[in-house]
Amino acid sequence: MSIQVETSNKSQEKVNKWKSFLESEFFHNYKKSPTAIIGSIIVIVVLLIAILGPFFTVQNPYDMSNIDLNNAYKPPAWDEGGEAKFFLGTDQQGRDIFSAIVYGSRVSLIIGIAGTFLASAIGIVLGLIAGYFGGKIDAIIMRIADIQLSFPTMLIAIFLMSFIGRGITNILIALSLVGWVRYARTVRGETLSVKKKEFIEATKVIGLPNFKIIFKHVLPNVFTSIIVLSTIQVGSFILTEATLSFLGLGVPVTRPSLGMLCNNGFNVLYSGLWWVSIFPGLYIMIIVFGINLLGDFLRDELNPKLK
Amino acid sequence: MKKKLLQVNNLRTYFHTFKGTVKAVDNISFDIDEGEILGVVGESGGGKSITGFSIIKLIDEPGKIETGEIIFDGQDLMKKSESQMNEIRGKDISMVFQDPMTSLNPVYTIGEQMEEVLILHEKLTKDQRKKRCIELLKAVGISNPESRLKSYPHQFSGGMRQRVVIAIALAANPKLIIADEPTTALDVTIQAQILRLMTNLVKEQGCSLMLITHDLAVVSEIADRINVMYCGKIVETGSSKSIVEKFKHPYTKGLISSIPDLDKDKDRLETIPGIVPNMFNLPKGCNFSPRCKYCKDICKEKEPELVKVDEKHYVACHFPLREGEK
Repeated sequence: MSIQVETSNKSQEKVNKWKSFLESEFFHNYKKSPTAIIGSIIVIVVLLIAILGPFFTVQNPYDMSNIDLNNAYKPPAWDEGGEAKFFLGTDQQGRDIFSAIVYGSRVSLIIGIAGTFLASAIGIVLGLIAGYFGGKIDAIIMRIADIQLSFPTMLIAIFLMSFIGRGITNILIALSLVGWVRYARTVRGETLSVKKKEFIEATKVIGLPNFKIIFKHVLPNVFTSIIVLSTIQVGSFILTEATLSFLGLGVPVTRPSLGMLCNNGFNVLYSGLWWVSIFPGLYIMIIVFGINLLGDFLRDELNPKLK
Repeated sequence: MKKKLLQVNNLRTYFHTFKGTVKAVDNISFDIDEGEILGVVGESGGGKSITGFSIIKLIDEPGKIETGEIIFDGQDLMKKSESQMNEIRGKDISMVFQDPMTSLNPVYTIGEQMEEVLILHEKLTKDQRKKRCIELLKAVGISNPESRLKSYPHQFSGGMRQRVVIAIALAANPKLIIADEPTTALDVTIQAQILRLMTNLVKEQGCSLMLITHDLAVVSEIADRINVMYCGKIVETGSSKSIVEKFKHPYTKGLISSIPDLDKDKDRLETIPGIVPNMFNLPKGCNFSPRCKYCKDICKEKEPELVKVDEKHYVACHFPLREGEK
């Protein structure tokens, strides 16, 4: 009986939270912002395509038995000689471009999102430590960050990738090694201001050890800027990965990402077989555009400094 | 005679900055008995808060406790390591801050923040903790405590938040509470309530209270004893009654006459002329000499020492005021 009451209380609480979210200023501004709505629709559709896409594609582009070389270089369906089955045409091996894009976007999104998680984890921890303790640790971490920032991101990524070789794991390592700096700097700056607040002083006064203060009390208070940074970062990592793959330094040939698909058609681009490269490229653009629209809205909404 | 809970001997806390050394707390000694309320009064920048933070050894760089003994409950806190201090902070000595608007973490509920002290310092089960939190909220006069535990700080008014902060300070049954201007940020109407609440709870639990404030009127009503601080030094100390009625130091006199007196018809409120001197460049001799109307040559040369003028009443002045001069 009492358990039942408790669960009904909990579901009631959830309903209340949902209600207060619908009534919040955040949601109100969201409804009024067309860019935010377009951005979030694009992001949701892109994610749905990546998750559910394999159910709708005509073939698994990585299963050789599905591919017929006779179908090579078919133009898009609306062009002369196009087939409705291969809506966006096929590449040199008779692979359906649409299916390749769906599968490629999975690789690109996984790399973008996982890379952001890894980079943020490293950056957050180092930024918190640097900001909270200050002094020598701070100086060492931030000087490393400064040195890294004085090189172009792409240069470091290319250097790392040619050093450790292709592969999804390797590209994640490279992305987190180039991406942590922005997190570390942002988190350090926020930590500096949060640690001066009285409630942090109050946790010291009750005798809470430092690492608990850092992760339980400082971290949640710097989290909004991390969310904002992460949305933009996913987009930028997808682009970085696409560039690396386009240059032949990214993912392996067996699991092509969108960037690699662009590269595949690059040789034949000027022979009039434009669709092989252009469609994956357009799709990268749409993904990053959607993410950035959403990220811009979140930055304006969640960043108290811009309010 | 009552047992001494805290004894501070020759405490010096200096801040070493690029511009020079600031002697924020300069050679002060005082003690607090068990169950006693000690008021520490003075203007801003007088070293009151630094004294409080020095006791629990939470002085941030570039500050440093140079010398001194802090004997709390028979143990010298100066010899404790940081992790040993963490066991004392919150458990035996707790603190109430000035601004209740910022002294609670905005991302956690009141209940979660109250539980934190209990998890750290008491071995209680989850249910016992919840019960204790409800008890504490009741004790500080928050109605409907069960549902209030799930509220966030922004859902509370300033006075209510300060009650919560006091409840957190009381949670682990500390022996000493250091309250750093607990009512300064509150409405005048709430100030009296909060002070009464604090003194009642302190008397009930039998713990001691060190009340830091710049409001002598507030302190004289509830404190047993008063330390008057000026520029990092104790200039006068004694029981509340004798400080208010038989003050000897011109600075104390200044503080008392700046309290508006409703019974007398005065055109202007008396103030202490001048401002607190630059802490980098303190005057030679008595720190108060540039603002003192009784200042003589010797005051600009020699620093006065605390001398006994009455039972437990000490003053640091070359020319303590006599009865007639008031």
